[in-house]
Parts: sequence; C-alpha cells; structure tokens
Amino acid sequence: MTTTRGQGERLPAALRTEALEQLLTERGLIDPKVMNGIITTYETSVGPLNGAKVVAKAWTDPEYRRRLLADGTAAIKELGFSGQQGEHIVVVENTATTHNVVVCTLCSCYPWPVLGLPPSWYKDPAYRARIVREPRTVLAEMGLVLSDDVRIVVRDSTSEVRWLVLPERPAGTEHLSEEELVPLVTRDAMVGVAKAGTP
Amino acid sequence: MDGIADMGGTRGWGPVHPPRPDEPVFEEPWQGKAFALAILSSRVACGGINTDAFRHALERLDRAAYLDDGYYGRWINAGELLLTDSTVLAPGAVDARARSLRGEHVREPAVPEPTRPDYRPAAEGSLRTVDTAPAFAVGRRVRARDMSPAGHTRLPGYLRGRTGVVELVQPAAVLPDTNAHFLGENPQHVYSVRFDSYELWGADAEPFALTAELYECYLETTS
Repeated sequence: MTTTRGQGERLPAALRTEALEQLLTERGLIDPKVMNGIITTYETSVGPLNGAKVVAKAWTDPEYRRRLLADGTAAIKELGFSGQQGEHIVVVENTATTHNVVVCTLCSCYPWPVLGLPPSWYKDPAYRARIVREPRTVLAEMGLVLSDDVRIVVRDSTSEVRWLVLPERPAGTEHLSEEELVPLVTRDAMVGVAKAGTP
Repeated sequence: MDGIADMGGTRGWGPVHPPRPDEPVFEEPWQGKAFALAILSSRVACGGINTDAFRHALERLDRAAYLDDGYYGRWINAGELLLTDSTVLAPGAVDARARSLRGEHVREPAVPEPTRPDYRPAAEGSLRTVDTAPAFAVGRRVRARDMSPAGHTRLPGYLRGRTGVVELVQPAAVLPDTNAHFLGENPQHVYSVRFDSYELWGADAEPFALTAELYECYLETTS
C-alpha cells in the first residue's frame, strides 16, 4: 500500500491545496469557475435548512409524513432536494420511546442534499469511534440525556444509504405553522444528537 | 481495509466535541478549495466519479496525512494520491510546487504521461438492479463474515464475525470492494442488518441496537 508522502517536512495543507490548484489549472484539467461553483453551492444553497423544511412539512402534513417514512428519497425530491450523497435516503422517526442516531464509522458519510456538509463533531474520530460503543454516554456528553426506558438505535452508514432522523415535534407547538416550525429543526436533531428546539 | 479509517469502537480518542450551532461550512477558504479539488481530482484521475476509489485513497493515507491535516486536509491528500496513482501528477509534484510558492528554489518534476484506469461507470451513482433475488429476507439471522482484506471494503472491523438480523432490504448497489480497484461494479443486494450491543461489545455493554448496511457477499447464514 502506498501513502501520500515519505519522510521529511510536512508542508501545510493550505499551501499544498494552492499548489494542487495551480498544477491542475495550468494544464487545463480543472476550471477554476467550476471549482468556485462547487464551493459556493455548499456554502450557500445546500445546508440543513433543506432538511428543516422536510421535517416541518412532515410535522404538519400527515400524508407527507407517511410518504416520507415510506420512501424518503422520493418525498424529499418532491421538495426539490436531491443530488450527490442523496441517492437513497431513509428517514427514521424519533419518538418518546425510540431514539435513532446516525454515524459513519468508516469515513463521514452524510446526506448532503438535506443537511449540507457534515459539521466538525460528526467527522471527529471521537464521535466516529465511540457512538457505536457507548451511545448513551456520548449523547449525554453532547448534552442529550435520554431516560433509561428510551431505546437507542445507532445507524452506521456503511454503504450509500443515507439516514435522516425525523425528530419529535416539540410540545407546545400545536399552534405554529409549517414556516414557524422550520427554525426549530436543527441540524443536530436531524442527525439524532439533539432534540428539536422549543419556541 | 483495516487501518486508521476503520474507527468504529476503537478507544483512545477522548471526549467528543459538542456541536457549535454557528460553525461555518468551511472554517478557512483553503478548506472549500480542498473539498472542491478533491471532487474534481476524482474525475480527472478516474475519468468518472469513483467514490469507492476516493474512499480507498483516504484509507491508504498514513497517520499524519489522515489525522494531522484534519478533514479537508485528508481530502486534498486523497485527491493527490488518486492523481499520483493515475500519473496525472508525478510523485512530489505538489510538494515541489508548494515550496516554490513559498519562495524556495526547487526543480519541479517533469509532467508524466497519465495512465488513467480504463473506467466508465455503468450508470450515474451507485444504485443498480440485479437479476437475482435477495439471498436474505427481512427477519433472517445472518453473520458478517470474518474477513480482513488488504483492499477496500465497507465491512467495518467491529462487525466481523458478529450475528444480527436483517431489518431492511435496501436497493442493490455497486460493490465497493471491486469498484474501488477498477475491477468491475459487481452490483450486490444490500441489507440493513440490526445487531444487539451485547453481541458487539459483550455483557457489560450499554443496551442499544445498531444497524449497518452490508453487501450480500459480506454475509453468511448462521446454523
């Protein structure tokens, strides 16, 4: 097995990124406009707001919720969200008695079309290693203390299946509209390391 | 592949980092570039996006290249490795250019003749149809094979040899173990298998269930 480099001084990743960009651009192998387009897309238009819209709709529209749990990919596509790392999305519901939490122990697979790029804690070795061994302890460290009668199901994304957690609708939000619910749906709740916010 | 990337259940990483709600997508501008360049490098090196080959490149990074440079550092390093594998880049080309950028006088290696893999995905993405029926039905007890291949695999070490129950039959998909090495897509049925925490970690484990998606050839029947 080869590795990227031998012995010697390790140059900063930022500098090597600039070097690679130059080498590929000079030879016409990449187009800087395409590169900048990818960056802008993930900085501005693909993020957890997409998933929040899916969840708020499911909370207010029982028929949509049924479709979402039966075929997540299709129901999410109805709202216009699809693409790389979202080829097959399965939605699981958190309830008062079952709590799902998602991880990718082998890399950092994540449903980009609905949640954007993963946050740093999700990519961190401590989360990837520990959530599959001691999820209750890890969730408590992250601020989510679950009572002993709640069953935990950890979803390790080892193939191209991407999981999205449908969090419980917070109590006392019965009078809120779909639009008013969207800000309560956090990225962390849709991965399963937090509950949805309260108004 | 066994190695640093296969982290599930390993110890010694310390506490998890609490989420920061205001975390930017890219903490620094170079990270956005590294992300985009890694995606584009995959196309340049392979002729089409081969996510499995990219993941295998990540797995082959050494400790420093995988851990010390952080997540996007890891991505740019894997992109560079794919490009070196296909001789789009000469070994050391990126380091030489980086040194030039910071004012050192270094001779850059000559541009090599690329020898890219003869690779064309059969279709976009990884989902495929297969002619045979799934070998394992929902509710079936199955054991994850106890195997430790030197090449790419998506069977994590902590599940090998462990017994679980098929919870869902997922759509069939390209087999990463061969596709990562440009040895064919070999689409397989994929199963979400549910394991009990006691089966994985012993009688003292926290009580919980865990599911993982396992390709058909990773599984065997239990007696």
